[in-house]
Amino acid sequence: MAELIDGSQIKLSNEEILRYSRHLIMPEVTLEGQKKLKAARVLCVGTGGLGSPLALYLAAAGVGTLGLVDFDVVDYTNLQRQILHHTADVGRLKLDSAIDKLTAINPFVEIKRFDKYLNSQNALEIFSGFDVIADGTDNFATRYLVNDACVLSGKPNVYASIFRFEGQASIFATEAGPCYRCLYPEPPPPGLVPSCAEGGVLGVLPGLLGVIQATEVIKLILGAGEPLIGRLVLVDALAMRFRELRIRKNPECPVCGTNPTVKELIDYNQFCGIRGEEAEASTSARIPEIQPEELKRRLDAKEDIFVLDVREPHEYQIVNINGHLIPLGDLPTRVHELDSSREIVVHCKSGARSAKAVDFLRKSGFKRATNLTGGILAWAERIDPSLPKY
Amino acid sequence: MSIKVLIPTPLRPYAGKQSTIEVSGQTVGEALNDLVVKQPDLHKHLFSEDGKLRSFVNVYLKDEDIRYLSKNATVVKESDTITIVPSVAGGR
Repeated sequence: MAELIDGSQIKLSNEEILRYSRHLIMPEVTLEGQKKLKAARVLCVGTGGLGSPLALYLAAAGVGTLGLVDFDVVDYTNLQRQILHHTADVGRLKLDSAIDKLTAINPFVEIKRFDKYLNSQNALEIFSGFDVIADGTDNFATRYLVNDACVLSGKPNVYASIFRFEGQASIFATEAGPCYRCLYPEPPPPGLVPSCAEGGVLGVLPGLLGVIQATEVIKLILGAGEPLIGRLVLVDALAMRFRELRIRKNPECPVCGTNPTVKELIDYNQFCGIRGEEAEASTSARIPEIQPEELKRRLDAKEDIFVLDVREPHEYQIVNINGHLIPLGDLPTRVHELDSSREIVVHCKSGARSAKAVDFLRKSGFKRATNLTGGILAWAERIDPSLPKY
Repeated sequence: MSIKVLIPTPLRPYAGKQSTIEVSGQTVGEALNDLVVKQPDLHKHLFSEDGKLRSFVNVYLKDEDIRYLSKNATVVKESDTITIVPSVAGGR
């Protein structure tokens, strides 16, 4: 493989030589490798769960230029895993928080900030200033965008993704190796695969996978070892098992195959079946809703309303409003527990699962079922602030 | 013929919360059919309406993608392991 990075023109100061001494004495790195690291420009897409350990280790290792793409603000629920961000950073831009920590670890790193949502209009231009792209995003649309932009610009995509306690990692879009679309030609339809926000994630898992990404980025820069190309590593943290599957370049791949049909970036929201606001509005228009204030007023007036909670039992344990618990997945088999003559208000955490439940109930003859707008989070926000939010 | 199918976390809710399911069959296709007979909820997550394996789900026999073997006709042996690997996007 041709050398990805030329570090021959780079000089290290005495301070830098001391800082990186544990690298310099390793035959796989040496002064030459450390210069490559300093010459390298790595773009981290996302500074969240995966991006945190990734960027921290790349900065510590002496990668010369780190680009960070994120538009998000630090949230309290991020702190369980996004170790770039501290409690005092809640409410700050993730980029501001990340840059503070990364410069504190290594002031020799130059950081380029991109406070924006990566999209088809800006991706190629942003990528043009970097040698390696590391994908730490959290949704299918951005993952396909990062992949396609890497293939089109000829840059390796160091990839990882996580769910609950399982993760996947690989390097895509090198000249000889497969790309993400070779592995998965199309994304799942929305709603079929739960996100971390819905399914949860073990806090240390992005640590494991983000560190695998950092390792592979550094190996690509050094040209050392066996890069994770053409191999998909599966990590199961619960069983603590690492498995490796072979992945191949697909000659019929629409982006990197022999006759590509995707020659420029496309509309990835459309590709991933994410509907526009209009379509969403028409869906929610079909599902009758009740505002938390209205429900509170009517419950206080002792009206006959049956509150149905369609979350999971472990969520019910965290917080509940004394609703009758039937998890959404069990509703079809337990629907006989409900009385179709009564008014039923259905809620979940924030309103999406309960909308599905109301849709199902109304089709099953429960014509008086309505959805609590915003779920128990809205109730905790607007009606009973003593309740915990999660 | 007893074959082990490894179920990934995102699909376990549709597989009776199990991580491994024993199935039988002479080929990968037969083994997967037996799987969805045993766990009918998995069907729509693995197969599209025309009965094809969904394009965001990959099936491996040992460490090789069945797309590069004989697909559903790939012959399985006693105590082989089939792994289902769906695409996962999480990262934050």
